[in-house]
Amino acid sequence: MTDVLSPELRAEAQAITSRYPSGRERSAILPLLYLVQSVEGRVTQEGLREVGQILGITTAEVEAVASFYTMLRLRPTGAHVVSVCTNLSCALRGANDVLGAALEAAEITEGEEVSPDERITVHEEECLGACDAAPVIQIDFANHDRVTPDRVRELVASLRAGEVPEPSKGEAPEDFRDASRILAGLDGDRGERA
Amino acid sequence: MAEPGTRIVTATWDDPEVFGFDGYRAAGGYEGLRAALGMSAAEVIDVVKSSGLRGRGGAGFPTGVKWSFVPQDTEKPTYVVANFDESEPGTFNNREIVEREPHRFLEGVAIAAYAVQSHTAFVYCRGEFLWPGRILGDAIADAYANGVLGDSVLGSGYRLDVVLHRGAGAYICGEETALLSSLEGYRGQPRLRPPFPAVEGLYASPTVINNVETLANVPSIMTRGAEWFAAIGTEKSPGTKIFSVSGKVERPGNYELPMGTPLRTLLEEHAGGVLGGKRLKAWTPGGSSTPMLTDEHLDVGLDFESVAAAGSLLGTGAIIVMDETDCIVEAVRRLVAFYAHESCGKCTPCREGTWWVSRVLARIEQGYGRAEDLPLLDELGRNILFKAFCALADGAVSPIQSSLAHFRDEYERHVAEHRCPFTGGGPGLGSEPVPSEVVA
Repeated sequence: MTDVLSPELRAEAQAITSRYPSGRERSAILPLLYLVQSVEGRVTQEGLREVGQILGITTAEVEAVASFYTMLRLRPTGAHVVSVCTNLSCALRGANDVLGAALEAAEITEGEEVSPDERITVHEEECLGACDAAPVIQIDFANHDRVTPDRVRELVASLRAGEVPEPSKGEAPEDFRDASRILAGLDGDRGERA
Repeated sequence: MAEPGTRIVTATWDDPEVFGFDGYRAAGGYEGLRAALGMSAAEVIDVVKSSGLRGRGGAGFPTGVKWSFVPQDTEKPTYVVANFDESEPGTFNNREIVEREPHRFLEGVAIAAYAVQSHTAFVYCRGEFLWPGRILGDAIADAYANGVLGDSVLGSGYRLDVVLHRGAGAYICGEETALLSSLEGYRGQPRLRPPFPAVEGLYASPTVINNVETLANVPSIMTRGAEWFAAIGTEKSPGTKIFSVSGKVERPGNYELPMGTPLRTLLEEHAGGVLGGKRLKAWTPGGSSTPMLTDEHLDVGLDFESVAAAGSLLGTGAIIVMDETDCIVEAVRRLVAFYAHESCGKCTPCREGTWWVSRVLARIEQGYGRAEDLPLLDELGRNILFKAFCALADGAVSPIQSSLAHFRDEYERHVAEHRCPFTGGGPGLGSEPVPSEVVA
């Protein structure tokens, strides 16, 4: 079995743990889990084991933490994650139809999370803190404001065609792995941002 | 009372230059921090105390008093943790504060840290806030590069490091003790208080935890003085509040107004009124975990005391507006489903109760409600409220009990007619597909 973390990434893992006070390295567990997720596009058993190794805790202890947080994906996950907020402010603006359109466009059947082409995971999301732009979705955690069912169909179609649509604000991650790398705090090499 | 147009946190938002370090500096930024560094830590706490600033994250605890609880002469390090885990449904002002003017918030962090003589501050940034988190990361780097953070803050010799820590998707981590568990590398489950975080918080060390909006108010208090601040708003709720308005309004958005401003003013003069000129049915004053109010409460002043007198809570100041075409049962079902999803699972009344209530509401909405369901909801609410470890469960009860109090007839119609009376009634919740979960 090959390691999830290459020697280069292990050096980055050390940089991540050094953000926290000495003896408190366990605080780095979430960024380290994002780091292994950035390699595999999800968190696997091997990824959990390597995070445990770095922190000196068991795989089970790492899994107990990882399974608590929805942004750490322990199950098979598409290359892109489309999160559709359906909480009240978005529901009042038609979010349920947006969710239906996203699932349909990705050809995800009931009970499934990943599209048959493994490109897309559609995830029903809780409030994304962007209710002024309701209904709002995120693609790999980049916001798309005031979407309609038609707009979400277009967005899903471009993802399936291998394009990354421009978000309403900021800069889009390339995919879910790239987003996970940013979440690990390893985005200092990206240069000027608007 | 100050002039009605007073804005503090959003005062310079119209100027895009304040986004960056240089622009913020040019607009007078970091002068509050400089003023603080010229005082003793105890004097800074006194200024914030006498300003009357209260926490904007929901509880409304006096900020200066909170800071004063941090023990002096402790052997342990002291920490400041900024709570940027904004996730109360309907709330989006912390996000915009950081997106528009990240340095105002960072300046508040630095002043708070100096006041409690902390040398390490953490910003717990909600994971889904990928972009705001990057803005903040850049702002922190710029603050270091310009000598505002690091070994000698503004040349004072006071050392401060700020660490950006991203969460990973868990509403409960907005609860301060759950946040600390998460930051220490554990599941985000709340802890028993006492000991309070001010005494034993992060790494069992004295810790101050403040909301982003709270901290963003501090720089102006330092430059303009406690008396200036205390004169804005109401006597017991001084200052302004950034109200996040969403749902069925013409102009959703953040509006900073003096505390005590009536909902009518916020809704009609700022948010453009109810969408499409429809009638207001229900609204939350402070996010989904605060009891709903109705159109009878249009003239309630939005401050801690007045909203409490009307039977609700100011919470985060997140106003979610529902109109006459929206189905209350479905709205409450969706909110309770949120709490069921976000319950950390520690306490049985919360873990099982929220799930049970969401199922009962689903069957009422789908036309399978029974006459005994309403007393059952009353009973479940009573058995969840104040019976769990933290306030998440109480938050779930707010929409249940308040909707049963104000809109009981709507529940009864669902049961009597064996259907949702709003389905097919135009855009809104009522026209949405029924939930797919099994109705037992």
